[in-house]
Amino acid sequence: MTATLEKPPVTEAPVKEPRDWRGPALFALVAVIGLVVMPLVLEPFRLGLLAKYLTYAIVALGIGLAWGQGGMLTLGQGVFFGLGGYAMGMHLKLNDAGDGLPDFMVWSGVETLPALWEPFRNPVFAIAMVVVVPGAIAWLLGTLVFRQRVRGAYFAILTQALAAAMVILLVGQQGLTGGTNGLTNFFEFFGQDVAADSTQRGLYFTVAIVLGVLFLGAWQLQRSRFGRLLLAVRDGEDRVRFLGYNPATVKTITFTLSAVMAGIAGALFVPIVGIISPALLGVVPSLELVVAVAIGGRFALAGAVLGAVLMGYAKTYFSEELPDAWLYLQGALFILVIGLAPKGIIGIISSLRRRKEAAA
Amino acid sequence: MRNVFLRTTAAAGLVLVLAACGGEPTESAAGGGAASGDTIKVGLLHSLSGTMAISEVTVRDAELLAIEEINAAGGVLGKKLEPVVEDGASDWPTFAEKANKLISQDKVATVFGGWTSASRKAMLPVFERHKALLWYPVQYEGLESSPYIFYTGATTNQQIIPGLDYLKEQGKTKIFLVGSDYVFPRTANKIIKAYAAANGMTVLGEEYTPLGHTEYSTLTNKVVQAKPDAVFNTLNGDSNVAFFKQLKSAGVTAESMPVLSVSVAEEEVTGIGVDNIVGHPVAWNYYQTTENAANSKFVAAFKAKYGAAKVTSDPMEAGYNAVYLWAEAAKKAGTVEVEAVKKASGGIALERPEGLVTIDGETQHMYKTARIGIIQPDGLIKEVWNSGEPIKPDPYLKSYPWAGSLAS
Repeated sequence: MTATLEKPPVTEAPVKEPRDWRGPALFALVAVIGLVVMPLVLEPFRLGLLAKYLTYAIVALGIGLAWGQGGMLTLGQGVFFGLGGYAMGMHLKLNDAGDGLPDFMVWSGVETLPALWEPFRNPVFAIAMVVVVPGAIAWLLGTLVFRQRVRGAYFAILTQALAAAMVILLVGQQGLTGGTNGLTNFFEFFGQDVAADSTQRGLYFTVAIVLGVLFLGAWQLQRSRFGRLLLAVRDGEDRVRFLGYNPATVKTITFTLSAVMAGIAGALFVPIVGIISPALLGVVPSLELVVAVAIGGRFALAGAVLGAVLMGYAKTYFSEELPDAWLYLQGALFILVIGLAPKGIIGIISSLRRRKEAAA
Repeated sequence: MRNVFLRTTAAAGLVLVLAACGGEPTESAAGGGAASGDTIKVGLLHSLSGTMAISEVTVRDAELLAIEEINAAGGVLGKKLEPVVEDGASDWPTFAEKANKLISQDKVATVFGGWTSASRKAMLPVFERHKALLWYPVQYEGLESSPYIFYTGATTNQQIIPGLDYLKEQGKTKIFLVGSDYVFPRTANKIIKAYAAANGMTVLGEEYTPLGHTEYSTLTNKVVQAKPDAVFNTLNGDSNVAFFKQLKSAGVTAESMPVLSVSVAEEEVTGIGVDNIVGHPVAWNYYQTTENAANSKFVAAFKAKYGAAKVTSDPMEAGYNAVYLWAEAAKKAGTVEVEAVKKASGGIALERPEGLVTIDGETQHMYKTARIGIIQPDGLIKEVWNSGEPIKPDPYLKSYPWAGSLAS
C-alpha cells in the first residue's frame, strides 16, 4: 500500500467549478445507462453479474469515503459486508425453512433453532440489523481506536485482523453459521422466487437505485462543512485538533457510514448471487476492493465506484476467456495502473482535462 | 509531458481491454443450444487457481482425457463433445457464477465439476433452479441427494464406514479424530462418533485446524499423549504435509499408531513426501495399482497424454468415469436432454478402472467397491482389503440403525 504514502492532491478537491452542471449531467447520463440501457441490452445472466458488481461498488463507495476522503485505510470492509449479508441470509434461510430448521443445521446436528436466529424471522428486524450491526460495530471500533489516535498502517492492520478473525469465527461455528459453506440455497425473496428473472431484474433496479442514492448522499456529505473537515483531518489531524475540533468524532462517523454502506451491499448481494460465505468477507476480498478503489481513483467518489465495476467486469471477462492464466493478467493490469497512474483512472481523466484547459 | 503521455496510453489500453468485454456476450451466445450443430458442449468447472487448484486440475485433466477418448470413438449420438472449461478459483460464489454461465450462456448439456463440499453446496441451487445436470467426482460427507447432481465419488458408507470396519478388524478400538475445519471433516466425525458408540470403540479426542494450517506441534502432542490405537485423519490439502512430518519427528510410526486418511491419494503422497507417510493406511475406491484391464488402459492413456511421472488417483478416476457414465446415459436416452438422461441413467453399469460401477437411479450415487490401501515406499498405494463387491450407496445411512440420529 505505497499509495498511502504519497501526497493527496490538496488543491484539487475544494476548488469550485464555475460550470457546475457537468457533474449532475454526467450523473444523469450514467443513471440513464444504468437504469434504461443496461436492462434492455443485457441478457438476464449478464444483468445479474452487473448487479453483483454494483453491490461491490456500494462497498467501494464506503471505502472511497473512509480512505480517499478520510485517510482511513480500511482493509476489513468484508467484515461489514458479511454482517449485512449474514443478516439477510439468516432471514431468507428461516423464511424458506418455515417451521423446520435451515438445511445446514440439520446436517450439522443442531436440533433446536439457536436463540440468535429466532428474531431474524421478522423481515423488519433482519433489515434493521443489516444497518445496525455493521454500524454499531464500526462505531464501537472507531470510538475505541480513533480516540487512542490509532491511525495509518496500525489502523489498516487492525481492520485486516478483524477480517481474519471474523472468518475463523464463522468457519468454527458450523451449526450456527453454516461454516465454510456459508448460507446458500435460497428459494424465496420476500414472496418472490429468488431465481426468477423478474426477481433478479427487480433486484438489479434496487441495487442500482440504492447505489445512486448513497452516491448522492456521499457526494453531498463530501461537499458539506463536514466533508471539508474530513479532508482536513486526513491532511493534518493534529492541526484540526489544535483548531478545536475532535478528529476522532469525525473519523468515527465516517467509518461508521462506510461500514453501513458495506452492510447494505452485503444484504443486496445475498439474493443476487445466492450465497454468503466466509470466503466473501476475508482479507483477500477486502483487499481486492481497496485495490479496485485505488485503480478507479480514491480521491474521487466516482473513482471508487468506477474501479469496483471495472474490476468486477475484468475479473469475469479474463476468467472466462483465459481460465488458466487470468489471475496473472489481472495482476499485471493492477500493477500497470497503480504504477503508472497512482491517482487511478479518475486521476488520468482530470489531468487530461487540466491539460486541455491549460491549452485553451 | 512524457509522463502524462505514458499514463494516458496506459489508461487508453485499459479502457480498450475492458471495452472488449462489452462485445463478448453476443459472440458466444451465438453458439446456440447444447446439441445444435456438430458438437455437444459440456462444461468442466474446477478450480484452476487458488488453494484447490493443485488437486482439481488433475480431475479436469482426467475429464479432458475421457472426452478425447469418447470423441475418438465417434462421440455421443454421432456428435463430438466440445469441452467448455471454466475456473472456479477455489471460491464458492465463483463456482455458482460460472455454473450459471455454463448453463445460461454456453447452454452446455451437462457440467462436470467441483471438489470441495462447499463448492458443491454453492452450485446446487444453480443446477436445481435451471434443471441442469452436475456430475460431482469426489468422495463427500453424504446427507445429500439432489435430483440434479450425480455423485460419482464415494458417499460415507463406501469410504468412511469401511475404513472404520477395517480399523475395528485390526483391533484398533481407541481412536483420535483429526480434521480440517469445514463441513466434510465435521460431518464425517459425527458419523464416526456414532459408529464408535455402537461398535464399542472409544473416541479419545477430536481436533480441527483451519484449512491451510501448517503448525502441528501442539496437536501432535495432544495425539501422542492420548495414546490412541489409531488416528482417523480428515485433514485436507497442505495441512497433511505438516501433520505427517510432525508425527514422524514425534516418533510415531505406522506400526505404533496407524493414521487412516480419507483425503490422501497418490497425488497427495508425492507432496507429503513418501518417507513421512509410508506404511499408513488410506481408504478409497480406486488406486493406481488396482488390477483390471480398464485401469491399465486408463493409467497408460493418462501417462501418454500428460507425462510418465503423473499418477492417477481416486477423484481423477471418478471424474473420468463421470464423463463415460453420462455419455452412456445419453446414448441410452437417445438425447442429451436432462430429464431423459436422468431417467435413462438408473441401472447403467460399466466396467471402470475401479471395477464395476452401477448408477443407483434413486439416489444418483454409484455402487462402488470400498478399498483400503497401504502407502508403499514407491509412493503408490497397495490394496490390503476390499469390500468384495460394490456397496449400494446410502447417503443418508438409512440402513445403519446407529446412524438414526444423524439424518432427519
